[in-house]
Amino acid sequence: MIGGRRVVVTGVGVVAPGGPTRDSFWQLLVDGRTATRPISFFDASRFRSRIAAEVDIDFSARGLSTHEIARTDRFTRFAMVAADEAVADSGLDLTSGTGVDHDRLAVSLGSAVGATMRLEDEYVQVSDSGKDWVVDPAYGTRFLDRVLIPSSGASELAARFHAHGPASVMSTGCTSGLDAVGYGFQLVEDGDADVVIAGAADAPISPISVACFDAIRATSARNDEAATASRPFDATRDGFVMGEGGAVLVLEEYEHAKARGAHVYCEVSGFANRCNAFHMTGLRPDGTEMSRAIDAALAQGRIDPGAVDYVNAHGSGTKQNDRHETAAVKRSLGQRAYEIPMTSIKSMVGHSLGAIGSIELAACALAMEFGVVPPTANLENPDPECDLDYVPKTARDQRIDVAVSVGSGFGGFQSAVALSSLSAKEAS
Amino acid sequence: MTRAVVTGLGVVAPSGVGAEEHWACVRAGEVRVTPLSTFDSSSYGVTLAGQVPGFTPDEHVEPRLQVQTDRWTWMSLAATAMALADASYDPAEHDPYATSVALAASSGGNEFGQREMTGLYGRGPQAVTAYQSIAWFYAASTGQASIKHGTKGPASVLVTEGAGGLDSLGHARRVVRRGTPTVLAGGTEASLSPYALACQSVGRQLTAALTPGEGYKPFDAAANGYAPGEGGAVLVVEDAEQALERGAPQVYGEIAGYAATHDAASPSDPLSDPAQYARAMRRAMDDAGVGPDDVDFVIADAAGVPALDASEAEALRTAFAGRRAPVPVSAPQGLVGRLSVGGSALAVATALLAIRDGVVPAVGNLDEPSAAAHGLDLVTTAREQPVGTVLVAARGLGGFNSAMVLRRFDGTRA
Repeated sequence: MIGGRRVVVTGVGVVAPGGPTRDSFWQLLVDGRTATRPISFFDASRFRSRIAAEVDIDFSARGLSTHEIARTDRFTRFAMVAADEAVADSGLDLTSGTGVDHDRLAVSLGSAVGATMRLEDEYVQVSDSGKDWVVDPAYGTRFLDRVLIPSSGASELAARFHAHGPASVMSTGCTSGLDAVGYGFQLVEDGDADVVIAGAADAPISPISVACFDAIRATSARNDEAATASRPFDATRDGFVMGEGGAVLVLEEYEHAKARGAHVYCEVSGFANRCNAFHMTGLRPDGTEMSRAIDAALAQGRIDPGAVDYVNAHGSGTKQNDRHETAAVKRSLGQRAYEIPMTSIKSMVGHSLGAIGSIELAACALAMEFGVVPPTANLENPDPECDLDYVPKTARDQRIDVAVSVGSGFGGFQSAVALSSLSAKEAS
Repeated sequence: MTRAVVTGLGVVAPSGVGAEEHWACVRAGEVRVTPLSTFDSSSYGVTLAGQVPGFTPDEHVEPRLQVQTDRWTWMSLAATAMALADASYDPAEHDPYATSVALAASSGGNEFGQREMTGLYGRGPQAVTAYQSIAWFYAASTGQASIKHGTKGPASVLVTEGAGGLDSLGHARRVVRRGTPTVLAGGTEASLSPYALACQSVGRQLTAALTPGEGYKPFDAAANGYAPGEGGAVLVVEDAEQALERGAPQVYGEIAGYAATHDAASPSDPLSDPAQYARAMRRAMDDAGVGPDDVDFVIADAAGVPALDASEAEALRTAFAGRRAPVPVSAPQGLVGRLSVGGSALAVATALLAIRDGVVPAVGNLDEPSAAAHGLDLVTTAREQPVGTVLVAARGLGGFNSAMVLRRFDGTRA
């Protein structure tokens, strides 16, 4: 079967900088506060960019056992904690064995760089701080084989919820968080699963990742103004601020959710991704391919562009991105682009690479739930080439029936997910 | 429903560069596992590996691109170009949105990443190059292949360790059915550089043998672990209707069935679960509309680790219960080692070549069948016979199980 089944979001879990739980994350967004700060995880004094949005979290207090912490990378821990929160929120019983058909419970986890932080930590040990090319694994932990390949994160989630359906990691760089949820959406649509634990996590705030973005000057060097350094759509923006975290959505087949009287945040109406086939890191200013992704996601959901109420932007705060996606959204939504808000939560929680797409989808679900558009923080001097309504600094009360979240990533990947309120769907 | 067929094969593997070289090696049963030639890995407890000595990057990847990418991506780009040439399909002659790249990945750009970390910790952050940001991450091969061939259709990078080749191809069928007529799928792996090999060595599943004949021996009584290998395969998956309309030079076969399950076993003590593995095989057969008697042979995961071979044998007996005769089981990867994501993609290429030529290849490096394989018809020497349907099974570290049914294409459109 291809398509045909409807998919709804029945649980949301978030671990974000400044908002390590769903509720605290949402409050951060509503307040327009920022979580960017000087890097505390390591001595960053020799780096060009010395700022990041870090998550303060005690994994033990969030329910992970000593052994779970010992065998996992930080990205997997984010995924586990976010999944626990999402599953609890959904009201699904995934522990007794009788609450759902576990053979039809799937996992789709996105991550751009997987267990890189752990791989790097272990590398320092086994290589004698970089001295040995032929490293000595005796100085590493016995979990090295698990951190080499990011699929270990999906295995942890599958085991956690006894999910015997398909499990995978989707690793399409910075669109991983949208693409992993999109893949989970397709699994339910196509009848391969009834419930999917879908989301993404990344923990890239380590020397190798900070250094590699330094090398291409993609990150902000506004080191003395960390709290206001992430400035999407502002004329003075100078790059993204690295973030970390994770978010998980419980995706459920509509009738399955209805039968148990589940609370539904929204429906996943469409998903599409396209490539620019242009450059690994560069973007053409016209935004054609991202626009094609938006068009296809809307078409799949049979949504008229004029019905879109909110765009959650990729809004990374690099010079090229913000123009590129402004052009893309205009191309897809026409005049409607000027009439609706388009905001970037990366202004507050930074850019957590593969995780952010799922965190942004969680933000969309919560925005629809509460009728509030999260703002774009730090937007003080609009770039004349970015001339849409980015909702500077202060959240706005507004009913949202259709939200579109877009993402753009290295490799030339462009993705879009369309979410609809159930009432909007019934009315159409 | 739209049918997805394979019209092009690109192989870079220890068995050969190019599908025909690979197939000749498999048919001849030549063991290509050798002692690792790049560095002394004896301190890791592993000496044998499946390398691709005949792979010359200069023949496949322009110098400018070589410096931006890891060996794993060179192999992906080479296999992709070969697959497209084999299919006589040039994405530039089609709508750019009509072609997708959906290569699976495993451990990414290992050698490149280790070199960059050497620089970072030896000389400081300024030693890290601009290309680290695009060479190490798991999407590098898919992104570069998309750019090189100008494909704008939906990209994906699934990661499920050794099962990834099948998951990529299963997803390719989904992408075709959803309206993108051509998808490049499969994947490669290059994890024989020191740090990556060190990581694999802690799992204690690698063979410690010093000579190829005693090393990776799937389903053998002397099985003692596997030899890691590099390389893999990329396949051109197409909407059957398009393949017929454009007169594709050949249709190797149809992706007739696919399914994936997960063990969801305790990560502190992960054992392969034959019940879930068998369920993936049965669901793939159901998806293809075939029963156990319709499958001519199986290419197994063949871990070469006694406990894993035993659990796979049990899964096969369960999945093929009721078959009139024991199911023939092969595992040519005994010749080349385990290539992670590349291995399952390569197994699909092998299955399709078996269908083309009517040959059931033998288990590689098998001398004395293990008692654990009872109830299975282990293919100890190659058999010439018509082959219409093959089941390929693969597992990924951490509990991933996937199965795919490949079938001779009957030439009709729906």
